[in-house]
Amino acid sequence: MSDVKTSYDLAVIGAGPAGLAAATLAARQGISTVLLDEQPAPGGQIYRSVTETPVRDPKVLGPDYWHGAGLVKPFQESGADYLPGTTVWSVSRNLEIGLSREGAARILPAKHIILATGALERPFAVPGWTLPGVMGAGAAQVLLKSSGLVATGNVVLAGTGPLLWLLAWQYLRAGAEITAVLDTTPRANWRQAMPHMTGFVRSCYIGKGLKLLLDVRRKVKVIGNVTALRAEGDGQVRSVVYRQGNGAEQRLPAETLLLHQGVIPNLNLANAIGCAQSWDDAQRCWTPQTDGWGATTVEGVSLAGDGAGIGGALSAEHQGRLTALDALHRLGRIDRQQRDRDAAPHREALEKARQGRVFLDTLYKPAQDFRVPSDDTIVCRCEEVTAAQVRDAVKLGCSGPNQAKSFLRCGMGPCQGRLCGPTVTEVIADARGVSPAEVGYYRLRPPVKPITLAELASLPKREDEIDAVLHH
Amino acid sequence: MSGYDVIVIGGGLHGCSTALHLSQRGVRVLVVEKDHIGRHASGVNAGGVRQLGRHVAEIPLSVASMALWHRIGELVDDDCGFECHGQIKVAETEEELADGHARVAELRALGFSHEEVVDQAELRRLVPAIAPHCVGAVVSRGDGAAIPYRTTFAFKRKAESLGARFEEGSAVTRVARAGLNWRVKTAAGGRFEAPVLVNCAGAWANRIAAQLGEPVPLEVIAPMLMITARLPPFIKPVVGATGRTLSFKQFPNGTVLIGGGMLGRASPDENRTELDFTNLAINARTVWDLFPVMRSATVVRAWAGIEARMPDQIPVIGPSGTELGVFHAFGFSAHGFQLGPIVGRILADMITGNGTPLPISPFRIQRFHQPAVAA
Repeated sequence: MSDVKTSYDLAVIGAGPAGLAAATLAARQGISTVLLDEQPAPGGQIYRSVTETPVRDPKVLGPDYWHGAGLVKPFQESGADYLPGTTVWSVSRNLEIGLSREGAARILPAKHIILATGALERPFAVPGWTLPGVMGAGAAQVLLKSSGLVATGNVVLAGTGPLLWLLAWQYLRAGAEITAVLDTTPRANWRQAMPHMTGFVRSCYIGKGLKLLLDVRRKVKVIGNVTALRAEGDGQVRSVVYRQGNGAEQRLPAETLLLHQGVIPNLNLANAIGCAQSWDDAQRCWTPQTDGWGATTVEGVSLAGDGAGIGGALSAEHQGRLTALDALHRLGRIDRQQRDRDAAPHREALEKARQGRVFLDTLYKPAQDFRVPSDDTIVCRCEEVTAAQVRDAVKLGCSGPNQAKSFLRCGMGPCQGRLCGPTVTEVIADARGVSPAEVGYYRLRPPVKPITLAELASLPKREDEIDAVLHH
Repeated sequence: MSGYDVIVIGGGLHGCSTALHLSQRGVRVLVVEKDHIGRHASGVNAGGVRQLGRHVAEIPLSVASMALWHRIGELVDDDCGFECHGQIKVAETEEELADGHARVAELRALGFSHEEVVDQAELRRLVPAIAPHCVGAVVSRGDGAAIPYRTTFAFKRKAESLGARFEEGSAVTRVARAGLNWRVKTAAGGRFEAPVLVNCAGAWANRIAAQLGEPVPLEVIAPMLMITARLPPFIKPVVGATGRTLSFKQFPNGTVLIGGGMLGRASPDENRTELDFTNLAINARTVWDLFPVMRSATVVRAWAGIEARMPDQIPVIGPSGTELGVFHAFGFSAHGFQLGPIVGRILADMITGNGTPLPISPFRIQRFHQPAVAA
């Protein structure tokens, strides 16, 4: 870490579109900026490995993916420091970042912090989802982007949302075979989404989205109105069982089942810092509270991109720039007028990028049965807690996810609630007959990512030792 | 009017235990809790059920409480996850071991035999994973550990089944005399009355005491704990160190809890704690030194509870020094969990007028209000 300063004016966490755009804009204004990222190369999830993917044929991953390369180059020329392979496991209220890199931990102070932690796949808890061979569509996409790997054998995709179709399309382009796509989008969603169609028609999504859907439907069997989905197998998924509406149970052979029902903000770090969050009923997820500049309720901490509410990659990029302008203002580098003036084009672009979002959110809102799973479904994978156990705890007086931790240990495993939090919230809310807003969410604690005891033990004790670690 | 005999402020373990012991005797109890039962120190502590190494004044209470722990299922209809594999205080040097010998001799002279010194071979038999430089230990074989939230909740449920009532989400803003009764007002506009008031408000207890005209030098602290991912089982007893701060135990599910009182920062008004990783790193280095098997372990979570610490490190237990019909039990200084079962009984004994057979005068609140000595 010889290239790292002992402190920064601005630290940006996450090198996806929001983080890249924010760090680039800020560093160009001459403030000391560092971009911290867990991955070995910039791009985040959406542009994962965009500088080094082995998938060189641009037609496979598509032009939207390659747009990411246009963010990386300006960043590299911006003068910002870049720390790939860095895990941020804590941010304190006095803006000290706990990070691990190359097996050692350290505390890095900053004057302002922008969290660009992006999105996570919404957990899709169905019976059998913990079997080997079942994974998230997002995880499958990461394998494709970073290693050029696609699943073989009988591959079934199931769920709802744009990413499911994008993956199907990319898989086909990469020469993979897909046995079937099981579409779990509830029929009623179409009716509810129609009033929002105008915004969608004007948006950039429609042309690309329709082409992609048609492409996939031409080449793959698509089964609609899927309910009662489950994976079966003995130590490995062998088949996928489902119904269409209230129809009879059907079965497909599958060695790989890729599940997806949308993405939600990755809010673990913001939550652990103590940023207030609220329940977004439209997107069915918790979202940190931010103002029009991405500022959270914690002084000195801002959020940009999907971590502040799902808006997609283009929105993230523009938000990143707006958030950086506000950070420059807060750091005294530009005055309010300049901030507002410079923000105007980015705000306009953001508005444009947001068009059509309500339509997508409404259309791809996951079905109640897949957000509030049946009794026999495991909701917490780390501690193997079923939906029935959560419901029993509610009967004993468990009123929210935090008490569920105490009652059942769910949410206390290494995933820190990433794989169970939304489901536990919805199951408890449903069992109590109240809104998720009322039952709340886990109070998360650092380390928000696991760190080894060795890393923690390596944390420098005093200033002079910090220098020693920096300049080794 | 309200029909309560006793109002307990604070739904932690001590408040719930007091409610249970009073309810067993037919006393009508209301517990008023600002958050929910076991929300703070009672629900998130390390769960140590320990006589080992206690302040001499606490030992009679601790020994009496241990007897209740060994029959905890009879008391609350739940085993509270209590397991008795002993607690061990490791000596890393001959000097530390000599201190252990002196301590055990002191206790023997006072008539207590629960602590004993063991040599290196016995230490290794009890804790095969201990680092080779450790020379011996002081051991209390009857000690163990339980699951804190489950314990507190079990006391609450049992008390409730015997008629106690719990008002959760009710922060007490004011306590005042109202004729023969005490009147308690809550932030939500609730008003409750009873002739007897019990202050089990933990880190917030000084606010109640101040209203009664007996302010106390209570310090709000946030002891930190961390837990690892699952490891193959390698240790049964709870292990501490002599020369440095540590509490170390492995749960039946394989996760390892590391604590010992390194402090984070507490914000009691916000119900928030913030961790201090530079301090937690000290704990990590201690574990690195004492348990080589832990060097590849992964820390998955850390947290801190909000606790009250008194300047002399022992709690306040007993009647108010200023007002009749008021009793205190708070300030357990990060080691109150094991005392929970007995403290509820002590308070119930005092409130029902029989007095307690246990020596509680060291814990009187008046110790903080001695008249200043003239120069």
